[in-house]
Amino acid sequence: MQKITREQLIDKAVALLADGTVSCVLGWSKGEFDYDVTPAMFNNEEELKANFVFNDFCGVNFSKYLVAKTQKCEGKILVFLKPCDTYSFNQLLTEHRFDREKVYAVGIPCEGMADIAKVKEICGDGISSIAFEGEKMAVTTLYEDAPVMLAANDVLAERCINCKSKKCVAFDELMGDEGNVIDSNRFDEVEKLEAMTPDERFAFWQNELSRCIRCNACRDACPACTCEKCVFDNPNSGVENKSPANSFEEKMFHIIRAFHVAGRCTDCGECSRVCPQNIPLHLLNRKFIKDMNEFYGEYQAGAEVGSRAPLVNYTTEDLEPGEVFDRRDTDA
Amino acid sequence: MQVNEYKPLIVAFCCNWCSYAGADLAGNNRLNYPAEVKIIRVPCSCRVNPMFILRAFQRGADGVIICGCHPGDCHYTSGNYYTRRRMAALFSMLDYLGIEKERTRVEWVSAAEGAKFAATMNDFVEKVVALGENKRLEDLRCKK
Repeated sequence: MQKITREQLIDKAVALLADGTVSCVLGWSKGEFDYDVTPAMFNNEEELKANFVFNDFCGVNFSKYLVAKTQKCEGKILVFLKPCDTYSFNQLLTEHRFDREKVYAVGIPCEGMADIAKVKEICGDGISSIAFEGEKMAVTTLYEDAPVMLAANDVLAERCINCKSKKCVAFDELMGDEGNVIDSNRFDEVEKLEAMTPDERFAFWQNELSRCIRCNACRDACPACTCEKCVFDNPNSGVENKSPANSFEEKMFHIIRAFHVAGRCTDCGECSRVCPQNIPLHLLNRKFIKDMNEFYGEYQAGAEVGSRAPLVNYTTEDLEPGEVFDRRDTDA
Repeated sequence: MQVNEYKPLIVAFCCNWCSYAGADLAGNNRLNYPAEVKIIRVPCSCRVNPMFILRAFQRGADGVIICGCHPGDCHYTSGNYYTRRRMAALFSMLDYLGIEKERTRVEWVSAAEGAKFAATMNDFVEKVVALGENKRLEDLRCKK
């Protein structure tokens, strides 16, 4: 359950629209169902009052939308950023992907977002409505008369269980508390995989990646993937938007996708959230983050504007690629 | 006559300034190294994109080795430092996906180290032969 309410956000947006600070608002809009919240642009109070929503399903990270929207929009854009979105926001600014002057960022607190897959696991399919009552979520399905009451913690998304920070690191204005960076157990899953034998790991990933349908949603949603020309769109590459005909292609796509954001990934978890096949893509990104932290010192992408990512930096004393394994073998 | 003796295919990316010259020196000195090693000359070890390595495996390579100038000796000042970080990350990821770590390697070979080049290749090929054919990153469409 979120501490900040829809009404508070609408009031803030209306006030900023009225005094001319911003000309439009990037926000969450009602979808067909209560759980498929969609990003949308709002231009006036009527639109906001009619369609704006803010609840546990507003997981969309708006930072990437700013790249295209700041180019189209005349005036300033008001954007609401959750703590993890602010990291992506900073990372995009570091890479000069949009004009900071054209954005009015309002940092909002986040209590963690719900995962609709978990709700469906408990309540089954056919969800007709989801209402929020106090700390609980009331889920009405087509097959049950009484709504099922769920606690927010029971359906918390994986990325939010392992939330790395509740601190807004970039904003023009803050609603609620600034929050703190928190100790998370986000690398536990990665360590579990590392402890397996290579055969087990291969079987695990073969199983996960074979579900990939190459919809490219992970790439499209990723706030670190903002190249205008993507290697996967190249018709000569042989891997252009094709459903994988071979297990090699899935692996290649996912290795390269994760590698291209290595060191720049803020671990916002959008890739896993949007995956229609529920592939745990964050485990690939987190492996890179964990490695970089171990090899080249702690680094959090997006914590500050202008920091140099580990892969575009070096020292003369770096460890050799072969030593990576020696180190691990001696640890074990 | 042994017909089905397993011959691996090894792709070696060698930088133009050091390792390629090192390979040349190995040849001039009549040092033996396996003929299965196919050398691809690149301007700098830093030119090797992770995609090249995966592509090599796709097209039937059983092992990929990248050779560059020793750290500090790069013709372009800092290219091999970037290679070092990049490949450490990539190889660690390949291992994480369960691909045998002996199939990939980075070695620094200078233009004067013909003997090291031959020794490295002999050792690498031996390790790859012990592993056998590359099954985990193969593409059946590319099989002859």
